Amino acid sequence: MHYALFISTVVAYALSLALYLIFLNTGKALTGRLGTLLLGAGLVMHYFVLLERSEGTHTVPYHDLYGAMSLFGWLLALTYLGLELYHRQRSVGALVLPFILVFFVAAHLAPADRLSPPDAHGPTFAFHVALNILAYAAFTLSCVLSLTFLIEERFLRNHRLGNIVWRLPPLELLERMSQSSVLIGLICITIGTAFGFLWVYRLSSKYSFYDPKYAITLLVLILYAVYFRLARTTAWRGARASKLCVFNFLIVFLSFTVVNLYLSANHRFF
Amino acid sequence: MEIVLVGLNHRTAPVEVRERVSFTAEQARRASEELRSKGILEETLVLSTCNRSEVYGVPPETSRESAPGLSTFLSEFHSVRMDVLGTSLYHHYDREAVRHLFRVAAGLDSMMLGEAEILGQVREAYRLAHEQGATGPVLNRLFQSALEVGKRVRAETELGARPVSVASAGVKLAERIFGKLRDRSALVLGAGTISEQVIAQLRDRGIARLLVMNRSRERADGLAKQYGGEALPWGEWEKALPLPDVIVSSVSAEEPILRREIVERAMERRGNRAVFLMDLGLPRNIDATVGKLYNVYVYNMDDLTEIVAQNRQARENEIPKADSIVEEHLGKFLSWQAGVELVGLVDELRAKMREERDQFVRDRVESIQHLTEADRKLVEKLIDEILESLLLEPAQRLRSEKDLRRKVQNVEALRDLFLGNREKS
Repeated sequence: MHYALFISTVVAYALSLALYLIFLNTGKALTGRLGTLLLGAGLVMHYFVLLERSEGTHTVPYHDLYGAMSLFGWLLALTYLGLELYHRQRSVGALVLPFILVFFVAAHLAPADRLSPPDAHGPTFAFHVALNILAYAAFTLSCVLSLTFLIEERFLRNHRLGNIVWRLPPLELLERMSQSSVLIGLICITIGTAFGFLWVYRLSSKYSFYDPKYAITLLVLILYAVYFRLARTTAWRGARASKLCVFNFLIVFLSFTVVNLYLSANHRFF
Repeated sequence: MEIVLVGLNHRTAPVEVRERVSFTAEQARRASEELRSKGILEETLVLSTCNRSEVYGVPPETSRESAPGLSTFLSEFHSVRMDVLGTSLYHHYDREAVRHLFRVAAGLDSMMLGEAEILGQVREAYRLAHEQGATGPVLNRLFQSALEVGKRVRAETELGARPVSVASAGVKLAERIFGKLRDRSALVLGAGTISEQVIAQLRDRGIARLLVMNRSRERADGLAKQYGGEALPWGEWEKALPLPDVIVSSVSAEEPILRREIVERAMERRGNRAVFLMDLGLPRNIDATVGKLYNVYVYNMDDLTEIVAQNRQARENEIPKADSIVEEHLGKFLSWQAGVELVGLVDELRAKMREERDQFVRDRVESIQHLTEADRKLVEKLIDEILESLLLEPAQRLRSEKDLRRKVQNVEALRDLFLGNREKS
């Protein structure tokens, strides 16, 4: 990777984070817009970093820890930017950018595997992985939004209003953004998993159900579907649904880390 | 003195005096006309709001000391004796008049620090005076600068960002929960002054449905009619409770009227959707335990008063930033006033003349065969000298012109005649 491209991406993300923080603290519209612009620039450069990596290793950028983390960061940024533009709300940027930055930098610091030519390739496999990582990114975003909801709700309930509470999105908007994010995640994980099964079937002409990743993916899918339903009901809308969303993310985190690294034979990094 | 300001405001005059000296739009127009026809001012603008009445003007060159005449005019125009008015009026000239207007436009001189309405009022006063032809190059420039100051202060500081009245703080808090209130409904119990303030705020935010209930139906009807709401019979308030997203209670009652079990029932009927309750009654109208219910947010008078105090402090912390914007624009205005822009005009004229010279040399001088290169250079030099001497005298006269109004008019005339465009005025 060209070091200059890596540094430029880090600088773009870091400046974007700084501008989002200033926006959150002061509410100056111009800084918010610049934050978005720099996030966009970071996304473009990050894409070229991934592309360069792919060309260098002659494979897709998710065959090692480096690639999976970097792609995750990129998709998280992409999902957030989509939500920001759709809901016209920039205040959460300051809370999401640290994750993007950490994943990008950590990916770079992680040792790159010496890759043997992968047997996993082709568009079906690529869709399977890309969509599932996008789903994880969307679930991460919904977790950040739900946590923001819970913090703001606590402040409002306890009548502790600092600078920040006046700047955060309204509670109902946070709920809607979180639900949008979960919906993206649900759609992606469903289609992505279907692609995975299709790919396995094409490869071996039979399904294998021995991988713990299948079970946890199914659990994640069910839990988020339950959240999506409950978040609109009388008893759960509001803080309870947000707590459930945060809990669900713990399962996602478990799936992305413990299950991938130690339990699954076929899903090491995604 | 080139700019004069005479006026009074909430700091210098009690409301009884302010209301006698305020101008309607028609009065402002008439006063402007009279001031100019009597030769007291050449340019004039009347700024009148509920907290201030001010007359800005440019006096004629022959009568610079126009403030006393202006005070007398105000006294006569409003039929208020000078001994009543005299102690309330302030006079500012030039730099101080400009600074005062910039501070007014910034919201720094308002009763409620940083209030947003004043900028619109300045804009409207300027529009009226401009349409009437009462302003000229000086006041045009002054008020355009003032509007720019107002916009910058609002965009670059937090001076007007946070609510500083109980009513606006309550409504802003509701927006923290629901976002825009355009598709929300509100119920106001009680029809006193504070209720009216909240209703006005809700209406400003475009609340979709507004229900008003009061023990005296007549007063509820009046408020509902005034603000485009619906008045309901007092006896039905409990039935109406599940509908609204915002409930404001400000009634006289010895015991809380919104008890926990009543709100619980209402929440059940509204499907647990969040509700924001503003308790503005003393003693409190809402049971203290209601705030513990799921998705119920309760703020009472003390809570809101504390928020208002914090926000006032936050606004005051922004004063230095706003003042520095005022001073920056004051400097720019004074530079303009001192004729710094003249340098630009002279340069533009010089460039225009050189273009003409080049054209002349190409068309006429170069066609003379017997001239050597050195001769041509000499001719060009001589033309340059003539042009410079032609330019020198008017430039010096413009620089030494004491009358700002005339100076600006001359600059504009020069631009118009020689450069074919007008300076933005």
